[in-house]
Amino acid sequence: MSTETVLYLAHPEADGALSRHSLEALAVAQSAAATLGATLVVGLFGADVRAAANAVGACGARRFLAVQGPEFATPRYATDTAAVEALARAAEATVIVGAHTSRLARVAAGAALRLSGCVDTHAGSVTAGADGLAVTRWFYKQRIEGDVRRSQRPWIVLVDPGAAEAYAKTAANVASEIVTVAATNNRTQTVGLREPGAGEQTIRPEAELLFVAGAGWTRRQKDGQPHTEEAERLILDFVRASRASLGSTKSLTDISGEGQAVLHCLSHLNQVGQTGSTPRHAKGLSTCCHGEEPHVVGWRFIRERRAVNLDPNCGWARGKADVLYVADAFAVMRELNRLLAAQ
Amino acid sequence: MNPLHIVVCGSVVPDPLQTLEPVTTAAGPELKNEMLLPAVLDPWAACSLYEAAHLAQLSSGSRVWLVCLGPKAKVQQAMMSLAQKAAFELVLLDGPAHGFADAHVTAEALAAAIAGLAGLDRTHLLLFGGWESASRGQGVTLQMVGERLGITDQFQGVDRIALGDDGSFEVIERVEGGKHLVSRCDGPPAVLGWATGERGEPRNDPQMGMKNMRVLLPALQKAAPVAVSAEGLKYEGVRVPTQQRQTRIVKDMSPEAIAQELLAWMQ
Repeated sequence: MSTETVLYLAHPEADGALSRHSLEALAVAQSAAATLGATLVVGLFGADVRAAANAVGACGARRFLAVQGPEFATPRYATDTAAVEALARAAEATVIVGAHTSRLARVAAGAALRLSGCVDTHAGSVTAGADGLAVTRWFYKQRIEGDVRRSQRPWIVLVDPGAAEAYAKTAANVASEIVTVAATNNRTQTVGLREPGAGEQTIRPEAELLFVAGAGWTRRQKDGQPHTEEAERLILDFVRASRASLGSTKSLTDISGEGQAVLHCLSHLNQVGQTGSTPRHAKGLSTCCHGEEPHVVGWRFIRERRAVNLDPNCGWARGKADVLYVADAFAVMRELNRLLAAQ
Repeated sequence: MNPLHIVVCGSVVPDPLQTLEPVTTAAGPELKNEMLLPAVLDPWAACSLYEAAHLAQLSSGSRVWLVCLGPKAKVQQAMMSLAQKAAFELVLLDGPAHGFADAHVTAEALAAAIAGLAGLDRTHLLLFGGWESASRGQGVTLQMVGERLGITDQFQGVDRIALGDDGSFEVIERVEGGKHLVSRCDGPPAVLGWATGERGEPRNDPQMGMKNMRVLLPALQKAAPVAVSAEGLKYEGVRVPTQQRQTRIVKDMSPEAIAQELLAWMQ
C-alpha cells in the first residue's frame, strides 16, 4: 500500500456543477491514485457543494470533504486559499490534483506555501509508476516540454484542459464531511463577471473550431486600400454562423490596442500565441496569419489545422498546418459565409 | 490619493524570436548558449511595470521598484531600452532566470529582497508582476512572494486597476470564457499579477533613459549573487517537441471551391 494520499480538489461552477475541465482533473487524480495504490479523497469548496459531490459520488474516493458557505461562493484569494489549506490538512494529502482553472491557479501557490509543500501548474499529463509521480509540463510558452519529479510533499498539481478524458459521471449520493475554515480577512469583495469590450462573446472555449484572424486582414488589398470594415463584418459573420471561437495574432491585437480604426471585435483577450492563450479546439482555421515558431504556439493544441494565406511560404502554416490554401481570405470567407447562411 | 509603493517583480527572458534549445548540465537543464541570446524583460512583467509607472504618476510621493532575479549581464542589456520607457528603482539579485529554475526558491529570494527595501511602507504596498512568465510559465512565484510578505489580497490575470480617492481600488481579472472577474479591495497591500493590461508599450524617451541610468547603473553594480537550487526537484528530461506536419499546399483552387472544401471539413 502506498503512503500517498491523493486529494482531488475542485470547486463547482455557478450552476453548482463541476466543469468538464474539473472532471478531466478527476480522471487524472483517479488514475494517479490507482497506479500508486494511494487513497483517493475528494475535496470540494464553494457555496454549496452537495450536487457536485453527488455527481462524482461513485468515483471511488475513500472520503468526501467539503468547505461550503456563502463566503466561498465567488473566487477570492483569502477565502479560497484558506479552503484549500483546510481541505489538504483534513485529507492529510500528499498529492493534490486539480484543474488549472483561474480560481485554483490564483490560490494554489499560496496554499502550497502554507502547507510547506510545492506546486506545479499547467501540467499536460501526470504519470504514476513504480518510481512515483511525474508531471509533464511546458516551458517557454509551449516551446520546450519537460518531465518533473518532486520529493517534497504535499505536491499540488494543476492540470491543463485535455490532460485526460473527463470522468464519466456516475452519480451517487454521498455524505460529505464538513471541514471548517478559520476566519479570513474580508477586505476584498467580488462584484461579478463582466463581458469584455463591445459585449459580443467571441471567445468560446467549448467551440469545435478556432478561427484565427491575422494582421493581413488590416493590410491594403488589391485596390491599394485597407478594407477593415468589410474584414470585421466577414470575421464576425463567420464566427456567428459557425459558432467558432475567435482568436487573433499579437500584431493584430496590438494594432487595435493602439486605437486605430481596425477590428473592434478583437481585444487582447482574443490573442493567441507567445503572449496570449494557447486554446484547445478540435479544429483551427487561420486566415491572413504570418509569423514563425514563437507566434505559432497559439495553436499548438489544435488538432486539425487549415490556413488561408496569400503567401505559400508562410511560417504560420507551412509545416504547421495540414492544408494551406493560397488564396485571398476576403474572397474565401465571403463565399464561406454565403454557404453557411444558405444552410 | 495616497502615495503608492509599487514593487514590480520581473526578470529577463530570451527575445521571443530566438530559437530555444535545452541542454542538460550538472546543475540541471538550461538553455543552450543562454548568455548569448538577446534578453528582454519578461513581456507580462513589462506590462506590469508600465502600469506601475502610470499609477505612480497619478499620486505624488509614489515610488516604483523593479526587483529582478536574473543574470547581471542580461539584465543590464534589457535595462538599456527599459530605462527609456518607465521610471523606476532597480534591485537586482544576480542569479539564474531560465525557465528551469525553481519558483519556490526564487520567491523566497525575492521576498527577502523586498522585505529589506529601504523606505518601503508595506501599508502602501502594491506587489506587481506578470501573472505568468514567458520562461517558467507557472504563474506561482508572485503568489508565494505575496504569501511570504503576509499579503492575503491577491489578484491574477489583471487587466485593469481603478484607484479610488479613499485608497480602495477596483480590479478586473481574466477568467474563463474571455470574461473578467470584477473585485473591490479596501486598499494596499495587495498582489496584482498582470496580464497584458490595457496600456501599450511606452515610446522610448532618451531623456528619461539618461536620468534613469544614473540610478540603475549603481544598482547593477551592487547586485548581490543569489544561489537558486531546489532540493527535491528533479528533471527527468526536457526537449523541444518535434511536431512537423506535411502541409498540403493548394495553389490553384477558386475561392468557391476552397469554401466548399472548408465547409465540408468543418462539418
